[in-house]
Amino acid sequence: MSVLIFIDINEEGAVKKTSLEVLTYGARLAQQLGVPAEGLVLAPVKEELAALGKYGVQTIHQVQNEALAHFDAQVYTKAIAQIAEKTGASVILFSNNTDGKALAPRLSARLKAGLVSGAVALPETANGFIVKKSVFSGKAFADIKIATPVKIITLNPNSFTIEAGAGTATVTPVEVTVDAPKVKTVSVNRQSSEVPLAEAERVVSGGRGMKGPENWGILEDLAKALNAALACSRPVADAHWRPHNEHVGQTGGAIAPNLYLAVGISGAIQHLAGVNRSKVIVVINKDPEAPFFKAADYGIVGDLFEVVPKLTEAIKQLKG
Amino acid sequence: MKILVCISKTPDTTAKIAFTDNNTKFDAAGVQWIINPNDEYYALVRAIELKEADPAAAIHLINVGGADSDAIIRKALALGGDEAIRVNAENLDSFGIASQIAQIAKENNYDLIFLGKETIDYNGSAVGGMVAELLDLPYISLATKFELNGTTATVTREIEGGEEVCEVSLPVVVSCNKGMAEQRIPNMRGIMAARTKPLKVVEPAASDALTEVAAFSLPPAKAGVKLVDADNVQELVRLLHEEAKVI
Ligand SMILES: Cc1cc2nc3c(=O)[nH]c(=O)nc-3n(C[C@H](O)[C@H](O)[C@H](O)COP(=O)(O)OP(=O)(O)OC[C@H]3O[C@@H](n4cnc5c(N)ncnc54)[C@H](O)[C@@H]3O)c2cc1C
Ligand SMILES: Nc1ncnc2c1ncn2[C@@H]1O[C@H](COP(=O)(O)O)[C@@H](O)[C@H]1O
Repeated sequence: MSVLIFIDINEEGAVKKTSLEVLTYGARLAQQLGVPAEGLVLAPVKEELAALGKYGVQTIHQVQNEALAHFDAQVYTKAIAQIAEKTGASVILFSNNTDGKALAPRLSARLKAGLVSGAVALPETANGFIVKKSVFSGKAFADIKIATPVKIITLNPNSFTIEAGAGTATVTPVEVTVDAPKVKTVSVNRQSSEVPLAEAERVVSGGRGMKGPENWGILEDLAKALNAALACSRPVADAHWRPHNEHVGQTGGAIAPNLYLAVGISGAIQHLAGVNRSKVIVVINKDPEAPFFKAADYGIVGDLFEVVPKLTEAIKQLKG
Repeated sequence: MKILVCISKTPDTTAKIAFTDNNTKFDAAGVQWIINPNDEYYALVRAIELKEADPAAAIHLINVGGADSDAIIRKALALGGDEAIRVNAENLDSFGIASQIAQIAKENNYDLIFLGKETIDYNGSAVGGMVAELLDLPYISLATKFELNGTTATVTREIEGGEEVCEVSLPVVVSCNKGMAEQRIPNMRGIMAARTKPLKVVEPAASDALTEVAAFSLPPAKAGVKLVDADNVQELVRLLHEEAKVI
């Protein structure tokens, strides 16, 4: 019996921030269950893995196999299944990030292990095994009971605080037998300088109130001052003012940053669906009746073209 | 070429979310049902575009659900599906749904299986990966672009902070994300034609659920917005720094 934590590595060979959340979550769950917490790394990595022990894992199983150099959900699933069986894992954890969304369901079907995706808290294990997850695009929660001996959970990004202590992990090499991947990676286009939207702690988002793509400079300045990622409403992406990957909401990305600053966005229910798990919502809108104010923690009623540059200045002053 | 598009039924995006039966069931009273937007705008429309480029292609739709799914299935047929299968089973978990879809897929040898990236009610993002594993097929999730060249597909998928382009031979299972295609409105001819297109109802194969919903809950209500004067942005910065502690 153990908690096995999948550690996700990005194309530059670094551990993803979302994996640190899952490591912390997994270590806490292992403690709760009285079993060891173990990590698993499949992809080539440039970091010192033993250092991940500070998040509470005792062991890290490291696979080095050419077939795993690029992500292929089918091949990765076979590798994870072999290690889960070898180590007798009773709970297997992923981040509910892009790779986790491809791997966890495959593994669930392969091992006939019940899956809860998008968990937002540690499981209740006093009476059965019940996991709280986000449903209805953040508008509600469901407590899901997993009845199978092996359980799989994916943790929503930004819903569990990373905690680091002392400690180092023992890194042990393991072997797997897998076929060559059927999916061939042709190219990867990742802006390594930018904070990925799903992982960002602060997000500055613009809507149709921005009037046109040529006005985005003031939002970029604000985002820079806050070290925030940029997002937008659907009509903004549909009009190609901004790229599709910045679109948040029911049909776009769902995010849960600490700070969501919405500028010139009305706050339609479909938009809120993607952002209402944010811890603090700030709204800047010239219309005091804009529905977004009902979902906001702080607000300014005013013309964004005047307010935003002033706000950027005030933040720069604070940061000195 | 045979394409299977998996269609689920979800409450309208503006539906009020409430629960009944001691918070164990979604309160469907007065709710308008729609095709899950990810299935409709991205998966189905991209399949229709592929068929427009290759008129020999056939689009099969599948839904796992009760008779109350028939209206959304007819709409999907009106948009451009050729025929539909409804597996008559309700209240299954993701694995239960995936098992039914995989069973039908095994009988029909599809070249392509398209799903939405997730349902907007359950938010599982799970059925696609499960179907792929049950069929032992490659799976590309969160696809934002899909091009076909003979039997090779070039697919762009979302990754954190960017995208990845990959190549794969058919058959393949793909979950479809924003960017794949644009929403369409069914036209009168489509609506008329949909009335006579086949909608086959089959009984489910035996399958086990791996999970069950114990209870639903709603998030606590917000305390209400604190408004700051537009001429006093310093006050907002102070509140965010000292009170909310987010900057
Ligand atoms: C099925 C479905 C799915 C959808 N999915 C999504 C989704 O995922 N994400 C999404 O965002 N939307 C989605 N929508 C669309 C949604 O309903 C709204 O139409 C959209 O969110 C509105 O975008 P907006 O707020 O940018 O624009 P608008 O509604 O036009 O609002 C612009 C706002 O800017 C304010 N403004 C204008 N000028 C200024 C100024 N100078 N200073 C300050 N404020 C100003 C206005 O007061 C207004 O409130 C969906 C709709 C449907 C039907
Ligand atoms: N009952 C269903 N019938 C047919 N397809 C479904 C059903 N439920 C989910 N799907 C498909 O699986 C995708 C992912 O669903 P989910 O795993 O619930 O997020 C959806 O976008 C649909 O394409």
